[in-house]
Amino acid sequence: MLIQIEDMENKTLYTIIVHSENIAGTLNQITAVFTRRQINIESLNVSASSIKGVHKYTITCWTTEDIVEKVVKQMEKKIDVIQAHYFTDPEIFQREVAMYKVSMPEFQSNPEASKVVRRASAHIVEVNPTFAIVEKVGMSDEITALYQNLKELNCVLQFVRSGRIAVSTSCFERVNEYLAHREERYRNGK
Amino acid sequence: MKEKITGSEALMRSLEHEGVKTIFGYPGGAIMPVFDALYDHLDRINHILVRHEQGAAHAAQGFARVSGKVGVCLVTSGPGATNTITGVADAMIDSTPIVVIAGQVGAGLLGTDAFQEVDLVGVTQPISKWSYQIRRAEDVAWAVARAFYIARSGRPGPVVLDFTRNAQTELADYEPVSLDFIRSYDPDPETDPKMVAEAVRLINEAQKPLVLVGQGVELGNAQEELKAFVEKADMPCGCTLLGLSALPSNHRLNKGMLGMHGNLGPNVKTNECDVLIAVGMRFDDRVTGKLETYAKQAKVIHLDVDPSEIGKNVPVDVPVLGNCKRTLALLTELIQPHRHTEWIESFKPYEEKEFEQVIKKEVYPSEGPINMGEVVHAVSEATHNEAILVTDVGQNQMMACRYFSFSKNRSIVTSGGMGTMGFCLPAAIGATFGCPDRMVCAFMGDGGLQMTMQELGTVMEQQASVKIILLNNNYLGNVRQWQAMFFNRRYSFTPMMNPDYMKVASAYGIPSRRVMERGELDEAIREMLSTKGAFLLEVCVVEEGNVLPMTPPGSSVNYMLMEC
Ligand SMILES: Cc1ncc(C[n+]2csc(CCOP(=O)(O)OP(=O)(O)O)c2C)c(N)n1
Ligand SMILES: [Mg+2]
Repeated sequence: MLIQIEDMENKTLYTIIVHSENIAGTLNQITAVFTRRQINIESLNVSASSIKGVHKYTITCWTTEDIVEKVVKQMEKKIDVIQAHYFTDPEIFQREVAMYKVSMPEFQSNPEASKVVRRASAHIVEVNPTFAIVEKVGMSDEITALYQNLKELNCVLQFVRSGRIAVSTSCFERVNEYLAHREERYRNGK
Repeated sequence: MKEKITGSEALMRSLEHEGVKTIFGYPGGAIMPVFDALYDHLDRINHILVRHEQGAAHAAQGFARVSGKVGVCLVTSGPGATNTITGVADAMIDSTPIVVIAGQVGAGLLGTDAFQEVDLVGVTQPISKWSYQIRRAEDVAWAVARAFYIARSGRPGPVVLDFTRNAQTELADYEPVSLDFIRSYDPDPETDPKMVAEAVRLINEAQKPLVLVGQGVELGNAQEELKAFVEKADMPCGCTLLGLSALPSNHRLNKGMLGMHGNLGPNVKTNECDVLIAVGMRFDDRVTGKLETYAKQAKVIHLDVDPSEIGKNVPVDVPVLGNCKRTLALLTELIQPHRHTEWIESFKPYEEKEFEQVIKKEVYPSEGPINMGEVVHAVSEATHNEAILVTDVGQNQMMACRYFSFSKNRSIVTSGGMGTMGFCLPAAIGATFGCPDRMVCAFMGDGGLQMTMQELGTVMEQQASVKIILLNNNYLGNVRQWQAMFFNRRYSFTPMMNPDYMKVASAYGIPSRRVMERGELDEAIREMLSTKGAFLLEVCVVEEGNVLPMTPPGSSVNYMLMEC
């Protein structure tokens, strides 16, 4: 397989937050915008939002401002997409969650292990004679660092991390105001 | 008041509720209940049986483009549905409102690779404005209302409804639905007053403004608003291929067609103007040529209803969002009257140069074989420039669009963004139903006619009054021209053997005539136009003719070859 090493210069990690109606097929349409422009999605999280019937997508990708702007407009063009916005890291609070399944005998035999977990502000959420599960909420690189540290102790059995979730620092869900404004404009137009 | 009816009957009533009177379609297993329901509605709905579903889609497009109404197709699942896909994609890129209703296997069989099952929603999602699967009879009224609203509003486009067989036969309450609001979809985005003010300032200060007229003007029904706008500030215009009939060809401010085979004046002036005002157009690469050198000297104002078009290809200084019927009127009110006499005069040398070096030879030759341009010109004149022009794709298209003149709006039907060969004949059939009182002249090549030639059967059966002008050069001419120019004259699979089109026409009972001599041309055109109904006029034109002028691919918009 040929892996293309992309030129990462001039590229920024953008977080795109999309709100859409909860209608089958919307995820497809949103990811198709990236595929068409040959942009790799770094992470993707989809879940219900605070508004009934509205789904929220948090998507990260490396690209340029020019492109991310076009990507967002093309997503908003989809009938069932309500709003899409892009942010750089300073404009958001963001977290990921990770779980590390570690082998109990190895974990217990090394006194370093619990220190590593504590230093990383991670929690042990399950313990039994064969394995323990360490849970960590944090930034991307913290999660990677903890994985490296545990791996050096030769105790990691499984590792999984979520996509990024984020809220913007600027205001609460703008989508509320937007929907209210849309309905008001419609009523006034009548 | 509610009553229980089948989903198929609900579909018929919903279509009638939307004002549908014409449907282009083709039956098959998975849509039979709908065709059965249709049988009871033939007093109100005219169904045109095409010969291939691609023809149904293009006919719906032709219908929509000339009438401004939504074109409707009705087809079966599987191959019936996939046969419409070229038309759906074509309607998407050319912003044409059509609704394709396709049968689908019963909901219980979905996902099992049942006979003639295809994931139509999945296939059409990237090439349609909206596509939706109707799985329950009770959803029909809502889905149809939503489909028509989406197809026709904002920037129009194709909508696909995938109608499962169970939903066609199940009973449900029916109540007509009217829909004009979707909270996640804004068909007429708000116009920023600051941008309007800035646009007005730029236009008032402009010494050399140039207006680019796109199909958006026709789609927004803003032809009069455009005229008032350009006349008040005395601004010359160039039209895109699809925008050609938005402003009469003989209007003193209409400086002709933009793009690769457009007119020299507006192309050269694009790189000289100080303010470029784009109205309802999308800076297609066939219009812009090399983007790095495109209108760099100008401030760009872009009026468009689709926010995703702003800055997509060309950086925009002042975006004016919203339906151009509204925004053009707004600008016209605020701008000052102006005269740009000298600037407008400066187009003249380019018009003269193009006439001397290209047009004179193409349209007024004194000897040699017949040229495409002179045929187009003669037909246009003979119809007093009032006809609807439908074209196929290739040299015939470029020649038709260069040398046909327009005096009425919504008079050009051509496949612009997709360049779909085979588009012409079915689209022309659709146009005759969209505007039954207008003359429809369909120019096509020998290659393109053969791509959808089966629709001659539809012409015959419907007695559709299509004037077919076959510009026969015995080549896939457009490709041949590129081979001559860029591939060392290596004519790889562009010469093509042709059937006897007179025999083809007569097999379908369509009157026809073949012209090989210049002296016969005018008389043959007169015969075609005075014959009632359809006519096939085959003109044997120069075999190795070239469309000129031409901006070679990758060149700047102001660089045009006058010969090759
Ligand atoms: C469906 C489709 N296939 C292929 C092409 C590529 N193509 C563009 S123009 C052309 C030649 C058209 O030949 P003809 O219809 O005879 O028209 P002419 O250029 O000779 O006027 C071809 C093959 C196309 N545009 N559409
Ligand atoms: Mg040909």
